[in-house]
Amino acid sequence: MTTSAEVHFVRSQFSEPSPPPMRTSGIVHWLRENLFSSVLNSVVTLLIVFGLYKIIPGLVDTLIINAVWVANDSKACVADVVGHPVGVCWGFVAAHWDYFVFGQYPETMRWRPELFFALEVIGLAWLLVQRIPRKDLGMIYFFIVFPIVSYCLLSGSETLGLPIVQTHYWGGFLVSIVIGTVGIVISVPLGIILALGRRSHMPVARSSSVVVIEFIRGVPLITVLFMANVMFPLFVPEGWRPDSLLRVLVGVALFFSAYMAETVRGGLQAIPRGQYEAAQALGLGYWQMMIKIILPQALKIVIPGIVNNFIGLLKDTTLVAIVNIFDFLKVIEASLNDPVWRTSGMPFAGYLFAAIVYFILCYGMARYSMSVERRLATDNRH
Amino acid sequence: MKKIIAAAVVAAASFGLVTAASAGTLDNVKAKGQVVCGANPGTAGFGVPDQKGNWTGLDVDYCRAIAAAIFNDPTKVKFVPLSSKDRFTALASGEVDVLIRNSTWTMSRETTLGVIWAGVNFFDGQGFMVNKKLNVKSAKELAGATICVQQGTTTELNLADFFRSNKMEYKVVTLGTSEEALKAFDTGRCDAYTTDRSGLAADRLSMSKPDDNVILPEIISKEPLGPLVRQGDDQWLNLVKWVHFALLTAEEDGITSKNVDEKLKSDDPEIKRVLGTEGKFGESLGLSNAWVVQIIKGVGNYEEIFERNVGPNTPIQLARASNALWSKGGLQYAPPIR
Amino acid sequence: MSVVNGGRPSEAKVVFYNDPRIRSLFFQLVLLALIVALFWFAYDNTVANLKKRNIAQGFGFWNVEAGFDISQTLISYSAASSYGRAFWVGLLNTLLVSGVSIVLATILGVVIGILRLSKNWLIAKLATVYVEIFRNVPLLLILYFWYRGVLGLLPEPKNSIIFPGHILLNTRGLLTPRPVLGDDFIYPFVAFVVMVLIAIGLSVRAKRVQESTGVRPKTGWLSFGLIVLVPSVIFILIGAPLSFDIPVQGRFNASGGMSLAPEFVSMVIGLTTYTAAFIAENVRAGILAISKGQTEAAQSLGLSHAQSIRLVIMPQALRVIVPLLNSEYLSLTKNSSLGVSIGYPDLVSVFTGTVLNQTGQAVEMVSVTMLVYLTLSLLTSGFMNWFNRRVALVER
Repeated sequence: MTTSAEVHFVRSQFSEPSPPPMRTSGIVHWLRENLFSSVLNSVVTLLIVFGLYKIIPGLVDTLIINAVWVANDSKACVADVVGHPVGVCWGFVAAHWDYFVFGQYPETMRWRPELFFALEVIGLAWLLVQRIPRKDLGMIYFFIVFPIVSYCLLSGSETLGLPIVQTHYWGGFLVSIVIGTVGIVISVPLGIILALGRRSHMPVARSSSVVVIEFIRGVPLITVLFMANVMFPLFVPEGWRPDSLLRVLVGVALFFSAYMAETVRGGLQAIPRGQYEAAQALGLGYWQMMIKIILPQALKIVIPGIVNNFIGLLKDTTLVAIVNIFDFLKVIEASLNDPVWRTSGMPFAGYLFAAIVYFILCYGMARYSMSVERRLATDNRH
Repeated sequence: MKKIIAAAVVAAASFGLVTAASAGTLDNVKAKGQVVCGANPGTAGFGVPDQKGNWTGLDVDYCRAIAAAIFNDPTKVKFVPLSSKDRFTALASGEVDVLIRNSTWTMSRETTLGVIWAGVNFFDGQGFMVNKKLNVKSAKELAGATICVQQGTTTELNLADFFRSNKMEYKVVTLGTSEEALKAFDTGRCDAYTTDRSGLAADRLSMSKPDDNVILPEIISKEPLGPLVRQGDDQWLNLVKWVHFALLTAEEDGITSKNVDEKLKSDDPEIKRVLGTEGKFGESLGLSNAWVVQIIKGVGNYEEIFERNVGPNTPIQLARASNALWSKGGLQYAPPIR
Repeated sequence: MSVVNGGRPSEAKVVFYNDPRIRSLFFQLVLLALIVALFWFAYDNTVANLKKRNIAQGFGFWNVEAGFDISQTLISYSAASSYGRAFWVGLLNTLLVSGVSIVLATILGVVIGILRLSKNWLIAKLATVYVEIFRNVPLLLILYFWYRGVLGLLPEPKNSIIFPGHILLNTRGLLTPRPVLGDDFIYPFVAFVVMVLIAIGLSVRAKRVQESTGVRPKTGWLSFGLIVLVPSVIFILIGAPLSFDIPVQGRFNASGGMSLAPEFVSMVIGLTTYTAAFIAENVRAGILAISKGQTEAAQSLGLSHAQSIRLVIMPQALRVIVPLLNSEYLSLTKNSSLGVSIGYPDLVSVFTGTVLNQTGQAVEMVSVTMLVYLTLSLLTSGFMNWFNRRVALVER
């Protein structure tokens, strides 16, 4: 029999020390983890790096190094004339800058749209930057004061001594922003009303809201614009002559109200029932309950949704060109028809510029809405 | 909330909803202090605005002539840019008082669209433009070609008719506006581009290489272009019609913007009637008797308008051809003012 | 004995205008009256305006000869056809471009959505850049980019890019040989259908076997052989009744063969690339909504990364994704109405464009177009709801 002393349940010798663990921080670890985690990944990474290496220098060359920044006509952007390779003709954009921004708005009065842009920025900042206090005043400013002031500013008012500037002189970025602004200023309140209607207990209010919302959401914007353009004048008595920009504004505002209504409805549904019951228990009437208790909470949650709708709205303003409104994209196209600027490379500069401007605006707002979403997600933690 | 809506409604109402009494168009125009013209925003020589909003063109000058006849001021005009698609609705709905925008006079348009032509200020016809490289000499050689055309015009129909009656196959690419159709042709999407010959001459200039393209000799349609108004207002129709005739009559009688003051002293009974020193022809239209003087001082006679906008000394370089006076072998003929 | 003020007012004594039911009734009546008044106002004015301006009304134009040509027609159409026929041509073109784009956008969107979650940092970043660019630029610009920027650079017909198999690529589009089926082609085709049915039967049986025994019989090669070999053998035995109509370059264009017009291709690529960015975001959201435990459980069962996505993550993520996809499909269909801007003859371009202009009947055209889109929206929603229920029921 073997002695029990020979059986060891506890190891009597040290084992070989295992190698130190791989670094879990630092650039080498990051590379290993994120780019070279497997053979396939490494191959893909190398392929992408190679592709970028091939593309990026050419892109930088075209967009910046070889680009023409100052030009009086298309000749400055033709390689044969200048004698060296030519990239994007930014000179075209520079030469048309004022036209792109203001359209045909009279030159001496361009301080008016400039002031309008400034007022718009103030209003948006007030509502959207969290640190600025008194959001209630901000709402009154953005939805009541600002529209009235802007209207007097842009369109003119004899009593204030501002000469009238008819809307067919408006154009370019100004018109795109006016359409976007009117869209948001009208569609938010109208959307709230439609959303409340859809959740109402009154059959007539509910069904008419549902019909309006679903009808508008079921058709493309372009048909709504056609309707505003060719059918709306038939709906009103003969003497009324709705301005063509006004008709488009009505169409766009109605269209986005339906989308806004669905966004707001999402917010209303997210408010716990207890809030409604508590408000009713306090003896508040319907409107008091909505304005004092429910809407402030609901609107706060749907801010990202509203901003996303606004992004869609801004992108869709490009469609008004199809019904002959000279928006930002349309004035760029109109400038491209100018014989002085007509060469094959010029459209690229124009469209690229438009794409960059829209991208900056939309991407900026998208980032903002994401940051609000994150903030809301943390706010709600108890 | 209600305040917001009220504010919006007030703003909207003052924006452009100008309620006018349902009196005649002329009274409305006088009340507004300006003539609202539907104009072409993209055909050089006929109607095109520059970046500052200054409009030029033959059609545009016709609008100014009407304003000059009414207000003795050719600048009292508002131009509303209209595409070929929304032009008739804009006129029928009252958005514009008169439409002068290379619009072809056809029977179906007058019988179903509620509009009526006041005359023909440009006799045109549809043609083709092709790239020189293709070495095409006649439109009859276009069998199998791809052709770019603008949507919503008689051009689209004439094109189909031409190929049908000549029993030729073709492929069509229909674009929303003439600029888009031209752009597609310019980038080689099509072998040929078709529109009115006057338009072809103007459009060729705005191509990236104008000299690489030729306009084919065939004219495949009649395109009488002219000003048109809403049906049911004969006074206004008469006014537009006689402004056109006055421009022609002035050319016939040799009255120009330069010599009109001299001509006022003329003893010629015809010239006296035209210039309003005798008779009350202006008043019968609801205007002052010096209406023709006002028009000629404002924009000149038909010849001056033509030479200034589309004539041989302009980039468009059109000859008078069918648009010469009847006495010079053309088709332009005005009934007598008497 | 006097009762002071009678205590609490009983229910019946509420002043009538404070009764919520009467108030609600009153409010609804006012609303209804307003709506009716509004409609009556519009209707009355429209009728008066149309009559006064002598504008034609009604659908009498439907059977009138159209007189214009359309560049892409799925059903036979010529200038001698009627306006009604033109309507169907436009509608079918809308359906075609939407249908093709929906399929492609879904595939591209799912791939990019998954790539955004790739462990490879570069791939994830590239996918993000794609999504951000295409989401934040107007669709109109994207269509111009593909139509004028990319397809506009193709060579003229004389210098076509030629691919093997008589495929030509030039500014006029992509031209391929068109298969011409002989009369006898029906036999191999029938054989093909029968074999596919047999293969499906085999796979159903295999699944049953797998469920009862845990071992799945190999049917892959057998099915492949049945589907490919049997019809091929029949096809060759009866003398290969198939020929090709090859595109031949003429003076202007190639004649013969099949062609895809650049307008159609640009529409499909434009709608696909644009919508795929949105779908990718939905897919990512759906996958992120699945708890990490599911992935870990799948991995601990020994499933590979691809398998765990296909068998574990996706079926659950679909429940989140499908309702979101519904709205993307709807907006894609509606966005196909932008065809008019690059010359694609969709419903809006043909009907609300050309036909509206030739007839001048704005009310009829715009109403019909809106009704069509409304119907399409309802049908798509209906289908997606059905699909959604199916996906949701997979739960065991």
